[in-house]
Amino acid sequence: MAFDVNKIREDFPILKRKVNGHPLVYLDNAATSQKPRKVIDSIVDYYENYNSNIHRGVHSISQEATDAYEDARKKIQKHFNVQDSKEIILTSGTTHSINLVANGFTELLNKDDEILISELEHHSNIVPWQMMCEKNGAKIKVIPLTNNGDLNYDSFLNLLSKKTKLVFVNHVSNALGTINPIKSIISKAHKFGAAVLIDGAQASSHIKADLQELNVDFYTTSAHKLCGPTGIGMLFGKKEWLNKMPPYQGGGEMISEVTFEKTTYADLPHKFEAGTPNIVGAIGFGMALDYLNNIGFSNIESYELDLLNYATNKLKEIPGFKIYGEAKNKTSVISFNVGDLHSYDIGTILDKFGIAVRTGQHCAQPVMDYFGISGTVRASFSFYNTKEEIDYFCKSLERAIAMLS
Amino acid sequence: MGIIEVQNEIVEEFSLFEDWMQRYEYMIELGKSIELIDPSNKVDSNLIKGCQSKLWLHAELKENKLIFKADSEAIITKGIAAVLLRVFSNQTPKNIIEADLEFIDKIGLKEHLSPTRANGLLSMIKQIKYYALAFNKN
Repeated sequence: MAFDVNKIREDFPILKRKVNGHPLVYLDNAATSQKPRKVIDSIVDYYENYNSNIHRGVHSISQEATDAYEDARKKIQKHFNVQDSKEIILTSGTTHSINLVANGFTELLNKDDEILISELEHHSNIVPWQMMCEKNGAKIKVIPLTNNGDLNYDSFLNLLSKKTKLVFVNHVSNALGTINPIKSIISKAHKFGAAVLIDGAQASSHIKADLQELNVDFYTTSAHKLCGPTGIGMLFGKKEWLNKMPPYQGGGEMISEVTFEKTTYADLPHKFEAGTPNIVGAIGFGMALDYLNNIGFSNIESYELDLLNYATNKLKEIPGFKIYGEAKNKTSVISFNVGDLHSYDIGTILDKFGIAVRTGQHCAQPVMDYFGISGTVRASFSFYNTKEEIDYFCKSLERAIAMLS
Repeated sequence: MGIIEVQNEIVEEFSLFEDWMQRYEYMIELGKSIELIDPSNKVDSNLIKGCQSKLWLHAELKENKLIFKADSEAIITKGIAAVLLRVFSNQTPKNIIEADLEFIDKIGLKEHLSPTRANGLLSMIKQIKYYALAFNKN
């Protein structure tokens, strides 16, 4: 399918709106993506036509809803090339997924064990492990960064040992856009018998990950980053790990038999899906994957790379402009500061021009500490952004700088 | 000058501006000319919470008037702080407690008052009022 950005933009109703009197220029895609009409329609269609609770009902619309929910799981399975759909747990998103794994590992690790976490991580990737370590005494070791925003691979190799039980790295850094070499990280970790959890939240809208080829133990993402609704995501886990882990939450759907003496748990994936799930979210998630696959991830990747290079070259001409994170492999994210201007000031003025960017620490304080800064402005581009928008962004940024200097 | 007079003066100044850019440019100027907090008072206990840039506020009572000083890493936040200090600094605690904030709406800064805005303006006003309450008792 030929890639026509103007046609694609027609799919996104929000791109027609104005903000502060200017057409919206949405460059906060790393925080959340906008939703195409098809995804919005699938949500409305569910509520208008077959809203019903799933799995338990004998009536027709419950069956329709169950089919749609399970069909979404199969779409996710296919998209990530997962062997068995039972290995896909539908969660509320990446944070939920990570907590689920951390909870599962609480009983599997003890005080002699170590887990490796990269310095590039989002706060939600650090805190659950700290909570786990408080309970089982395991130690966290940090894989450091290099100046250009890559992970220090040699340090990673040095930190790996027989004590390492789990390695946790994001596929793509939310603060800098760095694409981590997860394939080699996974295979090195496996040599020491460590499991690997990859956070794909920032990657999934740009890169189609083949989980069998990666041979990863756990992989997680959030649908809202890839044109799907908020409040839904997935955790892939290899069956042998998921079977070892205790259930995370108790409730309906996750049980097989209940008496007051003993409860037996349901099989995968339901063991980890307590309560009525986010049915409509799953349906929207599936539709978002259909939408993206129809455009084609190779089209998306090459178009976004083109936008990234165009924006990087243009922005670098601005005096005092400094990019944080210039890894060779990175997604369409530019984290920057200008001179000694504060990111909050720049973001506030850009908003007045109708431009949405993110400012601050991006929930990645360790990354900011590494560079010795209090925050950055982050512009993140998606396949529905245009070079004209980047031109307008650069022009507006220059006006903001003139105002603030 | 009393609080109401200062507020009216500020409203009049801002009414001369035709668009948001002029308003912001003026605020940025105010931010640059703010009488800065003594460095020894730029301590964590004087930090205002809820602000994306660090914002410090210090208060002391002199002859039953509260003297506020502030500073921020972000110039727009500093400009907003300058406007607030012009209104509230050098006023009696009683007058500060009784003061209303309508002028913020009139000068087009109401959007900054939303509790979900990460600029700390609302927290700063609260803190100013807390100081006034605390010193009023004494």
